Amino acid sequence: MNSGFSTRDGGGVIAEFEAAEVSVLRSLVSLVLGLVAPGETGDDPLERALGIGTGTEPAPSDPVLARLFPSAYQDEQEAAEFRRYTEATLRDGKRADAQAMLDSARPGRVELTPEQAQAWLRSLNDVRLTLGTRLEVTEEVHDEIAMMSEDDPRYPAYVTYDWLTYLQDTLVRALW
Amino acid sequence: MGDVGSTAPMAVERPSTDVRPDLPWVTIVWNDPVNLMSYVTYVFQTVFGYSKEKAERLMMDVHKKGKAVVSSGTREEMERDVQILHSYGLWATVQPDSVK
Repeated sequence: MNSGFSTRDGGGVIAEFEAAEVSVLRSLVSLVLGLVAPGETGDDPLERALGIGTGTEPAPSDPVLARLFPSAYQDEQEAAEFRRYTEATLRDGKRADAQAMLDSARPGRVELTPEQAQAWLRSLNDVRLTLGTRLEVTEEVHDEIAMMSEDDPRYPAYVTYDWLTYLQDTLVRALW
Repeated sequence: MGDVGSTAPMAVERPSTDVRPDLPWVTIVWNDPVNLMSYVTYVFQTVFGYSKEKAERLMMDVHKKGKAVVSSGTREEMERDVQILHSYGLWATVQPDSVK
């Protein structure tokens, strides 16, 4: 396991990654990129320019997408209306963050500008939300892993989740 | 849960705007098992320009009470806040301040 992110002299952050770690990161970010389709807007040029979508659904039925794109209102009609005006932009932002991470994740020394570090921060969080929702993790996940047998079929996914948690926490602390 | 009233006075300390105690809409952040305490604190500082102390206090409210009012203002301002918080993956909603 690497020692996570630390602050870089002159701004930004720095980390060292092994090839296996980078391939895990890249495959998980690609998974998120596959789940988050580009934002769809209507044919109207004004709607396209403003990122206004065509959907009328109050919330996605898939739990991961429902977590990545939460409802802003408890009222379903208001939630659907807000979603129509914001979700396309939100999708494009998440895809841009994921792409920025794919573009800069490589084995060895990774140096990130403050802007790239923000993209990694949000994208790592999207990956953790995706994995955490699929695994149905609780706040006690770290203790659960400590008690889990290595033969447990869930073990590799949980260990990966725990490593992503550690990585994100070091990134936050390097940015503070 | 009934803690909106106890957290609302903190949330109106919005930097760079006037103190407007009767603002009608609020942004609420809800607890979830994935978002890290450090990350949530960092997001509150980054998005709202809150001090680390204030951001930590709000994060602990979310963590312990299940939710916290993190900002208040016009409906448009709150919708913008929610949209930014969603871009960081926080579970945020907007509602009139009168709804408990």
